[in-house]
Amino acid sequence: MSEIVPSSVAPAMRGPNDYKSDVKPVWCPGCGDFGVVNALAKAMAKMALEPQDVAVVSGIGCSSRIPAYMASYGFHGVHGRALAAGTGLKIARPDLTVIVTGGDGDGYSIGGNHFVHACRRNVDMTYIVMDNRVYGMTKGQPSPTTEPDWDSKLSPEGTGLREFQPLVIALTSGANFIARGFTGDPNGLADLIERAVRHPGFSFVEVLSPCVTFRPEQKEWKKRVLPDAFKPTADLTRAARRMLRDTGFDLGVLYAGERPPYAPRGPRARRAPSDLEARFAL
Amino acid sequence: MQHAQSPGAGQTARSVSVVLAGSGGAGVMTAGNMLLEAAAHAGYYALMTRSSGPQIRGGEAAAMLRIACEPVECMEDQFHVLAAVDWENVQRFNAEIPLGAGSLILGDPDQGEPPEVFVRSGCTRVALPLKKLAKSVPEGRPNMVLLGTLAALLGLPEDAVARAVEKTLGKRPAALAPSLAAVAAGRAAAADIPVRFPLAPPPARGTPRWLLTGNEAAGYGALKGGVRFVAAYPITPATELLEWMSPALAQVGGTLVQAEDELASINMAIGGSYGGVPSLTATSGPGLSLMVEALGLAVAAEIPIVVVDVMRVGPSTGIPTKSEQGDLNIAVHGLHGDAPHLVLAANSVADCLGTTQWAVQLAESLQTPAIVLSDQFLGQARAVVDRPAAIAAGTGRLTADAGAPGYKRYAVTENGVSPMAIPGTAGLAYTADGLEHAERGTPSSQATDHFAQLDKRRRKLTSWNYGALWADVEGDAAADGAIVTFGSCTAPVREGLARAAADGVAARLISLRLLAPLPAGQLIAALTGVRRVLVIEQNQSAQLYRYLRAECDLPGRVTSLHRPGALQFSPGEIHRHLADWSRA
Repeated sequence: MSEIVPSSVAPAMRGPNDYKSDVKPVWCPGCGDFGVVNALAKAMAKMALEPQDVAVVSGIGCSSRIPAYMASYGFHGVHGRALAAGTGLKIARPDLTVIVTGGDGDGYSIGGNHFVHACRRNVDMTYIVMDNRVYGMTKGQPSPTTEPDWDSKLSPEGTGLREFQPLVIALTSGANFIARGFTGDPNGLADLIERAVRHPGFSFVEVLSPCVTFRPEQKEWKKRVLPDAFKPTADLTRAARRMLRDTGFDLGVLYAGERPPYAPRGPRARRAPSDLEARFAL
Repeated sequence: MQHAQSPGAGQTARSVSVVLAGSGGAGVMTAGNMLLEAAAHAGYYALMTRSSGPQIRGGEAAAMLRIACEPVECMEDQFHVLAAVDWENVQRFNAEIPLGAGSLILGDPDQGEPPEVFVRSGCTRVALPLKKLAKSVPEGRPNMVLLGTLAALLGLPEDAVARAVEKTLGKRPAALAPSLAAVAAGRAAAADIPVRFPLAPPPARGTPRWLLTGNEAAGYGALKGGVRFVAAYPITPATELLEWMSPALAQVGGTLVQAEDELASINMAIGGSYGGVPSLTATSGPGLSLMVEALGLAVAAEIPIVVVDVMRVGPSTGIPTKSEQGDLNIAVHGLHGDAPHLVLAANSVADCLGTTQWAVQLAESLQTPAIVLSDQFLGQARAVVDRPAAIAAGTGRLTADAGAPGYKRYAVTENGVSPMAIPGTAGLAYTADGLEHAERGTPSSQATDHFAQLDKRRRKLTSWNYGALWADVEGDAAADGAIVTFGSCTAPVREGLARAAADGVAARLISLRLLAPLPAGQLIAALTGVRRVLVIEQNQSAQLYRYLRAECDLPGRVTSLHRPGALQFSPGEIHRHLADWSRA
């Protein structure tokens, strides 16, 4: 087994910029995802996390490029499987702060099954989804959160499908912390991320992150969002009822539950493998 | 063909094969396991495989055993005894239970006649009133009566049988006395049976012996190799490997998590290994198909990972409970792009241990995925084996120390292996990436970076010294013919070759343990002076034969013996083929 070298660097006063890498993002000017880098860096600075003790994990898509833009450890894996990679990392290395990131296509379409089971499993990590209701990297196809009548080359005159409801799915699947933020409000978003990271168990932050290139009409989101519309509750029924009148632009913490995070069960020990040989010996 | 026959009066056999069959709940598996343990306690080597009907629970079942004076890793051509508690649907196992004129069928006359397919062999039939005998003992059960009878026919000592019964029923003392009484009743009834199959005296005890399945051996090998994190999704016939590892990992400070599907299990394992903890998952063909994209990520991002593929009959759902070597192609060629990785194959129940351990060591040293090919036969067979010899410790993962200035995760090094920073190490933060990258790990679409990284990823595999474990090379080194095989074909080939040798057919036997990267140089060297090469494998399309022909220039006349799975090769089948081959 490899030796894990513990951090020996004394905690220092770091500013948000110390949590960003020197890699230049591939994103279009005006992309909402810049706001998530800023908010994430701000939250990390506020919590005074050691960059080497944080791992940012992602799948594929525009927003999934984010690990390389942070100064922490990063993992940029395959499409849709970020939550699985993050789950394995956190269970194998419970000492790390694991933040899984991605977009609506990655998380709700190809990775939808993992989203449901990550909520159920309630591993102590945070999942930030930058939702722009479009596949941006492949240049403008409808995602699960796209409006049914949104016209595109791949689905002319719209998909006709009803939108995926991430917060409802998270709530019914067992996520322990559920919030919605907006990239146009980096301070509010940083605060939500900080609360999500601090909250035990699986924390889900849905971030409205406009795609100015393929969904330029989303520039108007700043006029539609309703800051602090959700009031945090640990009552599942109240949270569920609140979602019945969600506009899709209600911001804040919807739910902060008290379910204990995932932990391995059953008797445990630290014996040498050779102690197990007695099972086979005649 | 070697026909099953009872030895003449006063004679003994060095190998005896028996089947216990019956409908679900009749307890033939319990009795079979006890017979296996009794043989082990008596000092014999033994092997047991099991077959059951398509029902999830219940349904007909057969425990197939071979007990011998020498280590045995495959079944014989025919069974000496077919013993049934009842005959319900037992004819379904016809193809798996070949009998001969010298065989014995034991059945309870109150359960009807043996199926015609078995009787046709011309074997001896003996009625054994199992149910009546069981009723003569309070709480007695027919399967325990049968155990007593079979043990007597084989000449297994009473105390060895009692020890096996006590071990199984130790937690149910109320069942112990009736079971032992039923065994005694069965033993007494054997006195009236005219044919017997007494085993020769057991061999001297040298190396301590173990009793285990290939799946358990693979699980233990993984732990010995350093695996401390497993992500699991159940699939026949790999499930038992994962089930064995779950409590075992907890005992050695590791963790197993059940995933929602194989896409999750492989990515969880990659995540755990990225965190610095040697990680593994196990699956079978359908699961491996789902995992290949992530295996490519592990190649590109240089993250060690081990996947044990317990092969079953494919394609698609195929026959989940039967063995086939049909996954060689996907294991070697399944990844998109140029994705060099490791493929290893275990060639016996015991070798599942060493090969899996070696796979973990290689994956860690070379920072790449390793696929271990096992199969249903090896994985689910339970065998008495000599304690496997230990293999040398691995070199471990090359990690980077905190604060190394100008750290480059994917630095192009001479042997291709670059120090890996483990999260938590200060000053070395990088992003592991499936995107092609520059040495630092930053995404790159430059051809120069692509060439350099492709080259380093291949170089680390091709420049490694794999040592002597690449294959088991046996047989007559002076022979001008050679057989190349892998996996569970090895045992019947070895036994068939031994029989052929008695007819004057000599050949070298090379059982490949390292399949990718193919150690072509070592293989060609092992074939020096050979004029005929025969490649033997269990699949329809001769996957190993085609792979070897593509990768290296095999000497002389090269032919292939291949057929699909469900039924293992028998030693007799190999023997017959070798007779033709040697004349050709």
